[in-house]
Amino acid sequence: MELTNDHIKSRLVQKFGDEVTNFTEPYGMLTFEVPKELNLKVLQFLYDDAELRFQFLTDLQAVHYPDNKGKELAVVYHLHNIRDNVRIRFKIYTAIEKPDVYTATQLYACANWMERETYDFFGVNFVGHPNLKRILNVDEMDYFPMRKEYPLEDQTRVDKDDEMFGR
Amino acid sequence: MTEDVLQHNREQNIKLPDGSIEKQTTTLNLGPTHPATHGVFQNILEIDGERILSAEATVGYIHRAFEKIAERRPLYQITPLTDRLNYCSSPINNMGWHMTCEKLLGVQTPKRVDYLRVIIMELARITDHLICNSVIGVDAGALSVFLYVMQYRELVYEIYEEICGSRLTTNIGRIGGFERNFNATAWQKLDKFLKEFPAALKEFENLLQRNRIFIDRTVGAGPITGERALNYGFTGPNLRASGVDYDVRVHTPYCSYQDFEFNIPVGTTGDVYDRWLVRNQEMWESLKIIRQAYEKVQQFKGEESEVYHANVPEYYLPPKQDVYTKMEALIWHFKIIMGETEIPAGEVYHSVEGGNGELGFYLISDGGRSPYRLHFRRPCFIYYQAYPELIKGSMLADAVIIMSSLNLIAGEMDA
Repeated sequence: MELTNDHIKSRLVQKFGDEVTNFTEPYGMLTFEVPKELNLKVLQFLYDDAELRFQFLTDLQAVHYPDNKGKELAVVYHLHNIRDNVRIRFKIYTAIEKPDVYTATQLYACANWMERETYDFFGVNFVGHPNLKRILNVDEMDYFPMRKEYPLEDQTRVDKDDEMFGR
Repeated sequence: MTEDVLQHNREQNIKLPDGSIEKQTTTLNLGPTHPATHGVFQNILEIDGERILSAEATVGYIHRAFEKIAERRPLYQITPLTDRLNYCSSPINNMGWHMTCEKLLGVQTPKRVDYLRVIIMELARITDHLICNSVIGVDAGALSVFLYVMQYRELVYEIYEEICGSRLTTNIGRIGGFERNFNATAWQKLDKFLKEFPAALKEFENLLQRNRIFIDRTVGAGPITGERALNYGFTGPNLRASGVDYDVRVHTPYCSYQDFEFNIPVGTTGDVYDRWLVRNQEMWESLKIIRQAYEKVQQFKGEESEVYHANVPEYYLPPKQDVYTKMEALIWHFKIIMGETEIPAGEVYHSVEGGNGELGFYLISDGGRSPYRLHFRRPCFIYYQAYPELIKGSMLADAVIIMSSLNLIAGEMDA
């Protein structure tokens, strides 16, 4: 049977019921949300299932939504089934005060540095990670620079009139 | 013996970390600025004689916060950032980024633009592989191959120069196509390249492919199985050398790659020699693609043969002479430069087959002038974590050629 987005969706719903939510298909890629406690179960299910076989972790990163109270940090997984050439994406949300997420390093060796990078820039604490320390920034850094509260430009500048250009 | 040294240290009041005299192995820094690393990254090796027992890789020395910078730039200003990822094949990065934007904005590019892009991207792939393969030669002790093929990289850079005005960090093309058509000199140089390069590539191949010394050095060095490579997130020639025929150009064709006939070379053992062979064969395939694209471009007649960008005034800068004389063009110019054009909200992942693997762009737009979040999937950042596993148990000299065979680009790794 062809591995269509609808089919993947029905398999997921069949397995996890209404735990998986918010199915969308932006630009053709099936996207859904999973509670953060279930991220490993979903990854494992997608990996092991004889039909789904999402066994390649393309990418893992985080996004910061400061206005999304209680769900400030999103961790986004991009998975690829190379045999059938289908890609999916799923997201988990976590509160910024306690950004604990289970690590995927047991399943994917490549998740190691991806998670370190995500920790480095967003402070997502991957529980069970073998070596969770900064990777691209200096070790002494005491903040997580990709969070939205660190603007690139000095906000106290007065020499620029932003009113005109909608900055 | 150890006791004597310890006694001496105590008498002379020399303080060393605990256990550093007693241990039987040596800690060695390979990098951060060692000529053999071809870029700024460090490996702390624990060696016993010349055998490597363990390694720890440290990266991030040239991190430039591209993802953060991108959150304040309009789309077209992000192109120069992508140049600086894999700078051995920056046109692929530029066009990958443009295609990501086009996907988000819903821009359809004309066929001729696609073919022109394919020509440039495959030239970039050739230069990328040429550097990597000849550097393996250098690290195995054969400097002449490296110097010999440089003149062809130079020729490709001259072609870039005719098209975009720069050589290494190209900033080539625009959203929707190119900023100008290929001129006569560019075509002439491309002709020259297609005519002369195959002979040089053949010579290059002859110098190394069946070279006894080269084979002895590279066969069996740093092998990885296909399964392990997939688990480590390998893509590109390194993955194909392990026998997995995954190529983004074939799996998810972009830029009209489906119109071309070419083969995907694969290896078996995934060692340095296989990686070399795969890259070498890919250069021949790239030449094939360039020839086909060249022919296809020549077939456009009349008005079509002048098309070099999509007709999207909202995103494509108008010609400069119009900006000075026409109202409409001036308005669009102003709006595009100030980032005031409509950008849809949405999230898009687009990937291209870069010089060293699947280069992905994950772009989240909230409808503002710059991306809400932009993430680069940098292939060599992901597969470099396998390096300690690849070199474990091998000789120090092998670690050097294994590193060069992975085609690591510090600029891409550290973004």
